[in-house]
Amino acid sequence: MLKEGQVRIPSGCAIAGVFSRSGERMPGGDIIRSIEVMHDRSNGLGGGFAGYGIYPEFPDYYAFHLFYDDPVCQRNCENYLERRFSIISFGEIPTTKVPSIMDEPLIYRYFLLPLPDKLRASQRSVEEYVSHCALSINEKIDGAFVFSSGKNMGVFKASGFPEDVGRFYRLDTYAGYSWTAHGRYPTNTPGWWGGAHPFGLLDLSVVHNGEISSYDANRRFLEMFGYKHSLQTDTEAITYIVDYLHRKMGLSLQETADVMAAPFWVSIKNLPADQREYYTYLRKRFGSLLVTGPFSIILGYAGGMMILGDRLKLRSMVCGDHGDRFYAASEECAIRAICPEIEDVWSPDAGQPVIVELA
Amino acid sequence: MDLYVHPRFEVLRSEKKCICCRVCERQCANGAHGYDESAGTMESYDEKCVNCHRCVALCPTKALKIAETSHSFRQNANWSGHTIQELYLQANTGGVLLSSMGNPRPLPSYFDRILLNASQVTNPSIDPLREPMETRTFLGKKNQTVTRDTRGRLKDNMGAQLELRAPIMFSAMSLGSISYNAHASLANAARELGIFYNCGEGGLHKDFYKYGPNTIVQVASGRFGVHQPYLMAGAAVEIKMGQGAKPGIGGHLPGHKNMGQIAATRMTPEGSDAISPAPHHDIYSIEDLRQLVYSLKEATGNTKPIIVKIAAVHNVAAIASGVARSGADIIAIDGFRGGTGAAPTRIRDNVGIPIELALASVDQKLRDEGIRSDVSLVVGGSIRSSTDWVKAIALGADACYIATGALLALGCHLCRSCHTNLCNWGIATQRPDLVRRLNPEIGAEHLVNLIKAWQHELREIMGGMGINSVEALRGNRLMLRGVGMTREELDILGIKHAGL
Ligand code: SF4
Ligand code: SF4
Ligand code: SF4
Repeated sequence: MLKEGQVRIPSGCAIAGVFSRSGERMPGGDIIRSIEVMHDRSNGLGGGFAGYGIYPEFPDYYAFHLFYDDPVCQRNCENYLERRFSIISFGEIPTTKVPSIMDEPLIYRYFLLPLPDKLRASQRSVEEYVSHCALSINEKIDGAFVFSSGKNMGVFKASGFPEDVGRFYRLDTYAGYSWTAHGRYPTNTPGWWGGAHPFGLLDLSVVHNGEISSYDANRRFLEMFGYKHSLQTDTEAITYIVDYLHRKMGLSLQETADVMAAPFWVSIKNLPADQREYYTYLRKRFGSLLVTGPFSIILGYAGGMMILGDRLKLRSMVCGDHGDRFYAASEECAIRAICPEIEDVWSPDAGQPVIVELA
Repeated sequence: MDLYVHPRFEVLRSEKKCICCRVCERQCANGAHGYDESAGTMESYDEKCVNCHRCVALCPTKALKIAETSHSFRQNANWSGHTIQELYLQANTGGVLLSSMGNPRPLPSYFDRILLNASQVTNPSIDPLREPMETRTFLGKKNQTVTRDTRGRLKDNMGAQLELRAPIMFSAMSLGSISYNAHASLANAARELGIFYNCGEGGLHKDFYKYGPNTIVQVASGRFGVHQPYLMAGAAVEIKMGQGAKPGIGGHLPGHKNMGQIAATRMTPEGSDAISPAPHHDIYSIEDLRQLVYSLKEATGNTKPIIVKIAAVHNVAAIASGVARSGADIIAIDGFRGGTGAAPTRIRDNVGIPIELALASVDQKLRDEGIRSDVSLVVGGSIRSSTDWVKAIALGADACYIATGALLALGCHLCRSCHTNLCNWGIATQRPDLVRRLNPEIGAEHLVNLIKAWQHELREIMGGMGINSVEALRGNRLMLRGVGMTREELDILGIKHAGL
């Protein structure tokens, strides 16, 4: 059977996120309960989480999470890592047996810093260097897959229902100021763990619900800049779009959102001149990264979270505010499950990003 | 004595229906109809007929039809009757065979073997009657670094771009190869549609300067009619390096078409053949092209995008990659089916490659080299319908050029006799009595109708795919599948076979 990445698999989904503006660290149990109520939006073929602020003991090290098919793959990959990084700490990621989750790969975690001479020789920035290594492992080392590579954050995912995945990884033993979750409903899948979501690159993580019709136009544009789509998923493409526009081209997240979910020309036409110029410029310059078709995403990054839906609002998304907390989910019930007293709940406008950051 | 060449067509007149009004006689500039005063009957001279349907369309009693002759040679799979007759013609005259319009041979069309996708269940289709369906397109370089003003706001540093309401344009046809009224029709239609027409290599008639904002002016190897005000008149300047119908040779305007205003606009003596040299004599290599591109940019104060038009030949991907590095803002590629006002038949029918393959390999090559954003790609060479257009965009084109299709909308019946100056439809002729037959207002209206119809179809197809803006269709090859293709053909096109 072909693995995810060798074949493109469309899927429907549930997503959820919770964020503490004051940076209060919340245990992972909440987000599990939130995604759990949307059980019927997943089909047991993929679930996952991303948590931010979860590694306070190693905040400045790149935390790599890896799946290995077997110890040989592990040895090859560790050789690769040792030649490029100093490994400050590593070990198996702790898990618990959950009946519905089977056939797990070897799951390891490494805290890394690039070797200074290797970094200099590469003539890349630190971030370029790290992301290049992560993408190279996925592309070149058989049976090894980096699924998380940011600092002080981590992605946890598996084949299974999200609530089972969360318990499998013992997320209630971690605490973070920001959490996102994903339950997947793929139309067909080999159930490969690497294919579950969130998709992470450095500290960016994306959970996404939808099937974008612009996928191949976006993908082929991104490939020019070295983004190889090893999973052939929308989520991967969306993560790369954000990485390219925000990190490489220096656009703000608002500007990035205005490229991905650009307003229609009929709306642009009626805006004041400076706004009209702004949107026209973005569409002219970055038209190849316009995303069409249904999507709603929660983008996690160090210190913040962005919610974005497509420009026709073809996928549901609800946001809520309660005191210091911000919530987002595919359905309101997922918010009420963990904050029953919430009053301020709303649906963001089509194509309008909602951005929350640490105060 | 000349070798006998049998007429290709037979003029069939129903004696019962004909009322001898002599309309057909007056309408046929080829002189294929006559009137026998003494007998009071109409006569036909089959050998003069080119099958343009002018008489058929205008006969008040529908008494006429034209048939391909059934006269035949002895069956021979290798030597067709047509081939034998062409050989006789050459034995009689010692000349190169001349013809016009595009390659008519039954070579494979890849467009016809590509099928389109539509949404089902996992994502919704979009209803173009209820939701905006965007077709606006900008052509030009898109590789600038992001810059900001002192207040941190993004600056539009993209330079000259062509803005099209839909990604389609009328490609180059010179005044001379086609008539004043044909140009007027194209110019008017382009203005109304918010797109561009291309004046071709014969200069720009003074009456058409007012259409400048919707005009692309061309600079070809003959440099006919090129001067500073001409370069400044259009919205973009196109350097014509080649043409799909006749790669490797220049434009031909026979002397009998080069008269009056045509000759004046070209700045050539009346009645002289206006023959563009095969190469540009100042461009023998890519670095020379770069100099011309930059000279034109300088001459126009960097206000016009520069298009470089090349014919689709074997090595087109590498050539396009060179052109993309020469400073060009837009590359136009013309496939082997592209039309012409006059070309040596053998070249038209045997030189060049299909636009689908050329486009796919150029687009991929430029991406592999990371320079696809340095240029926009415009393709032509037989875009026959909205679906050819959609498929070209999904293969990677930013926009399409149409010419033969536009002439059909003006009434052309593809008789392939443009080089004779006897176009009975007033299009490819300079004879004033024939030119008058084309009413530019009606011509423009037909062109506008055609493009609007195609736009409707484009929107419908995009909506079916769940795409509501044409940028998201561009290069979106997942929307395409091939049928009946070999592995190699699929690889070149970068698409999967249907069923996968
Ligand atoms: S136009 Fe028709 S009716 Fe008139 S002479 Fe010709 S064939 Fe006869
Ligand atoms: S050349 Fe045209 S107008 Fe003349 S007889 Fe033939 S079809 Fe009729
Ligand atoms: S333009 Fe006129 S001469 Fe040329 S093919 Fe069309 S109808 Fe015939």
